[in-house]
Amino acid sequence: MEFAIEAEGLVKRYGSVRALDGLDLAVPEGTVMGLLGPNGAGKTTAVRIFTTLLEADAGRARVAGFDVKADARALRRVIGLSGQYAAVDEDLTGFENLDMVGRLYGLGRRSSRERARELLAQFDLAESGDRVVRGYSGGMRRRLDLAGALVARPRILFLDEPTTGLDPRGRLGMWDVIEELVAGGTTLLLTTQYLEEADRLADSIAVIDHGTVIARGTADELKSQVGGERIELRVDSASDLDRVRGLLSAVAAGEAMSDTRTRTLTVPVSGGSKTLIEALRMLDAEGIAVSDIGLRRPTLDDVFLSLTGHAAEEKKDDDEPAGARRGQGENAR
Amino acid sequence: MTAATKAIGDGMVNAKRNLIKIKRVPDLLVFSTLSPIMFVLLFAYVLGSGIKIPGTSYREFLMAGIFGQTVIFGATITGSGLAQDLQRGIVDRFRSLPMAQSAVLVGRTTSDLANNVIVIVVMSITGLIVGWRIRSSFGEALAGFALLLLFAYALSWAMAVIGLAVRSPEVFNNASFIAVFPLTFIANTFVLTSTLPGPLKVVAEWNPVSAVVQAARELFGNVPPGSPKPSALPLQHPVIATLAWCAVILAIFVPLAIRRYKKAVSR
Ligand SMILES: Nc1ncnc2c1ncn2[C@@H]1O[C@H](COP(=O)(O)OP(=O)(O)OP(=O)(O)O)[C@@H](O)[C@H]1O
Ligand SMILES: [Mg+2]
Repeated sequence: MEFAIEAEGLVKRYGSVRALDGLDLAVPEGTVMGLLGPNGAGKTTAVRIFTTLLEADAGRARVAGFDVKADARALRRVIGLSGQYAAVDEDLTGFENLDMVGRLYGLGRRSSRERARELLAQFDLAESGDRVVRGYSGGMRRRLDLAGALVARPRILFLDEPTTGLDPRGRLGMWDVIEELVAGGTTLLLTTQYLEEADRLADSIAVIDHGTVIARGTADELKSQVGGERIELRVDSASDLDRVRGLLSAVAAGEAMSDTRTRTLTVPVSGGSKTLIEALRMLDAEGIAVSDIGLRRPTLDDVFLSLTGHAAEEKKDDDEPAGARRGQGENAR
Repeated sequence: MTAATKAIGDGMVNAKRNLIKIKRVPDLLVFSTLSPIMFVLLFAYVLGSGIKIPGTSYREFLMAGIFGQTVIFGATITGSGLAQDLQRGIVDRFRSLPMAQSAVLVGRTTSDLANNVIVIVVMSITGLIVGWRIRSSFGEALAGFALLLLFAYALSWAMAVIGLAVRSPEVFNNASFIAVFPLTFIANTFVLTSTLPGPLKVVAEWNPVSAVVQAARELFGNVPPGSPKPSALPLQHPVIATLAWCAVILAIFVPLAIRRYKKAVSR
């Protein structure tokens, strides 16, 4: 298989901090890889190494077959980058920004201008294209920055938290744009802290923490690592909970869990929607009122928590004594 | 397109960007021309009456010095401009593009040179109004201006190295003041070096700024006939000394600046 992005054992140190600690990654051509991780996990550092902004201390990385160190110049020709912070010139207009990038990619004067107008239209910036960027909103800057990454129609695209700071509508718009690009065959490496974003956009996900990949797979694979599907329901009156639990044990695939405070019951099942219908029928026959019922699969949130929650706990053990002492000191005052 | 023409083209794209910025945020140009006008007037009318230069008027003596000081301040814009680019993150965009690694620096230094040309024109007019005269040929005067600009251009590359190192325009401005003030005052810019006390006199005589100011002064014909020959070698051959200084500064700081730029990462 041909990999558009490959990394082996990448290490990057900042003093005593290991921003990357042996990162391995392989992204097949034409697919979307989601790099998922909490703050400080090393996402931006990885993107900066792939885009030649930063040199790794150890390890190898190739993008489009070009070594990030030895063939940096050729590599830059085929990639587009939209970094975590918008890299646009505040004193230029949106058009001037894109035109400048076009010229630097080596486009001719005419085609650079045409491409700039085209992108402004595509990103809903046609009307503000001749205004100075200083007056743009955060979302407009973000879109302009992404447009800048697309000027030369790159085969491989790096987007570092493309929707951070966007409102829900802006985020949905950005997702549409990204999906369109990917449909055109672009390989995409996307970093994000939002699980639903990775879920929706990525073919394959690498969860990173402390500079290494701690889990990888498709969203579904990761979810099934955490557990299977279940029926979740809420009854109108808490006194029904035990009755329902007994009733549904006929369709359950495991031990059901109930919560009297929220009046909810969670029943592990295996038969999908058929089982749900069967359960509904049984409840209806008994005349039990249910205010909410549904078939739930684990979300990436569950995956994320179960994966990084463990790491976070380990870390807390180290930190706690100092934190506790600090807390006491403050109370004493 | 060969690598060289692409490099020049990229440099010009960057220079154009900076010139648009001058047009759009003209404050910098306004203040960098207002301050030399202020200097000319201050020295000419306030100090000018107290300082005596044998055989010529102080105003005439003064102009080459102010030209020198001003173009050096103009060169510092290179450093603060680059520091600002780093701070605002646009350098990340540039460094991910397949452009010549020198282009941002070439563009920056070139547009700052253009800025300095404008400043020199404004100052010359102010000087002429307060009584400064060019007493040489047109060609010599042009050579004088060219030397001043060349010297400033070379210094721009040194400022680039500092700007890329400190990464914040505010810090850069403070740092460059500390460097530029002694450099332009312990020199023949505003006084005759012969009037300075011992060690300062030696520093002033070998200061590159003195060489370029002396060269400009001679080329403008502002050295009165019969004034004593300077004792220090660089001031006896100021044009050659200036060219030599420029070559040395460029040879050191161009590679240094490019190396720094290649490793520069915003934030
Ligand atoms: N220039 C730097 N100097 C020192 N430490 C750095 C530098 N850049 C990153 N780090 C450290 O390296 C680690 C990884 O940082 P990185 O920016 O790659 O994380 P991230 O996953 O992108 O986080 P975020 O979600 O906050 O953007 C962090 O601990 C960070 O503090
Ligand atoms: Mg980041």
